[in-house]
Amino acid sequence: MPTYTMRVFRGDPGGGEFKDYRVETGEGMVVLDVIHRIQATEAPDLACRWNCKAGKCGSCSAEINGKPRLMCMTRMNLFEEGETISVAPIRTFPLIRDLVTDVSYNYEKAKQVPPLRLKPPDPDGKYRMMQEDVDRAQEFHKCIECFLCQDVCHVIRDHEEHKPKFAGPRFFIKIAGLAMHPLDTVDRTKWVGTHAGVGLCNITKCCTEVCPEHIHITDNGIIPMKERMADNVDPVVWLLRKFRGAKGKQPA
Amino acid sequence: MIREVLKDQRGHVRAAARPPIAAAHLRKDAWWALPLTTFVVLTAFIIYSTWAALQNAHYYVAPYLSPFYSPCISKSCVHSTFGYGLPDMTFPVIGVLSPAFLILWGPGLFRLTCYYYRKAYYRSFWLAPAACAVRDVKGGYSGETRFPLIVQNFHRYAWYVAVIFIVLLTWDALLAFRFPDPRGGTQFGIGIGTLVMWINVIFLAGYTFSCHSCRHVCGGHVDVFSKTPARSSLWHVLTRLNEKHPTFAWLSLFSVGLTDLYIRLVSMGIIRDLRIL
Repeated sequence: MPTYTMRVFRGDPGGGEFKDYRVETGEGMVVLDVIHRIQATEAPDLACRWNCKAGKCGSCSAEINGKPRLMCMTRMNLFEEGETISVAPIRTFPLIRDLVTDVSYNYEKAKQVPPLRLKPPDPDGKYRMMQEDVDRAQEFHKCIECFLCQDVCHVIRDHEEHKPKFAGPRFFIKIAGLAMHPLDTVDRTKWVGTHAGVGLCNITKCCTEVCPEHIHITDNGIIPMKERMADNVDPVVWLLRKFRGAKGKQPA
Repeated sequence: MIREVLKDQRGHVRAAARPPIAAAHLRKDAWWALPLTTFVVLTAFIIYSTWAALQNAHYYVAPYLSPFYSPCISKSCVHSTFGYGLPDMTFPVIGVLSPAFLILWGPGLFRLTCYYYRKAYYRSFWLAPAACAVRDVKGGYSGETRFPLIVQNFHRYAWYVAVIFIVLLTWDALLAFRFPDPRGGTQFGIGIGTLVMWINVIFLAGYTFSCHSCRHVCGGHVDVFSKTPARSSLWHVLTRLNEKHPTFAWLSLFSVGLTDLYIRLVSMGIIRDLRIL
C-alpha cells in the first residue's frame, strides 16, 4: 500500500506549525480518509470539519499542497507515492483550530444581499415562468457553499481592508442569479458596485478554477454583472431600451 | 482553549486571527510557468507590433495589406483601402511616425480591456495575483474602481470599434483575391498570402464575436428568454463561442502578428508568395 507523509497544520490563533504524519493509504482513499486515519491512530485531537464525504456539503474545505480543495474530493492517487502532502486550513478566514476556520464572514455577507422581490402574479393568482428562463441561473444554484472561491479570491485573501465592502465571488453569483430571475423586480446593478464591490474584482478567475461544482463564476456571474453595470452608461443600450419601451426595475 | 473556542462557536464572538502560516503560498507545482509564458509572449508581441508600426514601410504587396496598416486611409499610404486617400494625417503627432498608430489604438484597446487578457496580464504583469492562492506582490490594491483601471469597464465601446475592424479586414481579405494582371487591371487568384489573410480574419472574428461584451449586448442582458427567442438563440450560440474566447484570443494574436510578418517578408523580397490559383 502506498505510504505518504501528510504535513498537517496543527494550531490555534495563538500559534501553530505543520506536523508530519506517515500514513499508509488504501485503494480509492481521499485526503479526508487520510485525515480520519490520522485522527484514529496518531492525533485524536486533530480538528477537522466534515459531513457528507461526497462533495455536496462543502464542509471539508482545505488547502492541499497550497491549492484550495475539498478534502473529500481529492483522491490520494493524484499524488506520487512517498510524496509529502501539505494540508492547511483555508487561510482567508480566522482560524478556530487545526483545519477548522470561522467562515461567518460569508454568512454576514449573505444577509446583505437584497432578496428576491417578485412581480405581481398573473390574473389567476399564479406565478409562471418558463424552463428556459430559469436555466441560466440554475448553474448558480449548484453552489455548495464550500467557500473555496471566497478563500482563493485575492481581494479577500490579501487585502483585508476591502473585506467590509466586498461580497466575494460566492455572493456575486447569488446576486447574478437573482438579477437574472425572470420574476424579479429589483435592480441590483448599482448596489453590486457600491455595496458588494464588484469593481474590486479583476477577473483573474481563481474562483472559477477552484469551484468543485465547476460553476463558471466569472464568465457567467461576475462578468454579466459588470456588463449590466456598463449598460447604465451605454448610449446604445439606452436608445434600444427607449425604442423597445423597456420598463426599468426598482433600485435595491 | 478548546472549551473557549467551543463557547465562541455557539455565541457571536468570532475567531479573530487567520491561520499563523508565514509562507506566502504552499503550492508545490510550477505555478509560475503560465504567468511567465504569458509575460514573454505578450511582451514579444508588443515589441514586434510597435517595431512593425514604426517601420511605415513593407506593409503592402499587391494584393496583400498588413492588418497593422488597415485601413489605409491616408494619401501617403502605398495602397488605399477604399481606392482613394484622405489628406495626409499628421495629427495627432504620433501619426507622423506611421499611419499604423492611427489604427492600432482600436484593436489595441479592445485587447487591453478584454476580460480574458485582463486575467492574463493582471496575473503575469501586475502579479495580482500571479497564480491562485499565491499572495499578491503589492499592497494598496484598488481593483478596477479607480482611474485608469476603471476604464476597463467600458470594454464594450472597444468591442464596437473592433467590429468595424473585422469588416475592414474582411474587405482586405476579399481584395486579396484580386491580383494584378500583367496585361493591366486585376485577375482572380489565390496565393498563400490570401489564405494567411483569411485565416487571420477568421481568428480575429472568432475572438471579436466570442467576446463577453458581445454575448451580453446580443442577449445576455435579457432576463426573460422565452419572450425574446431571437436574442435567446443568439445568446446560446455566443455562449458556446465564448467558451473558446481564450483560444481565439491567443490564435488571433499570433495570426495578426504572423500575417504582418508574412506580408512584410514578401514585400521585402525575402520570401516569395506562392500562387495556388
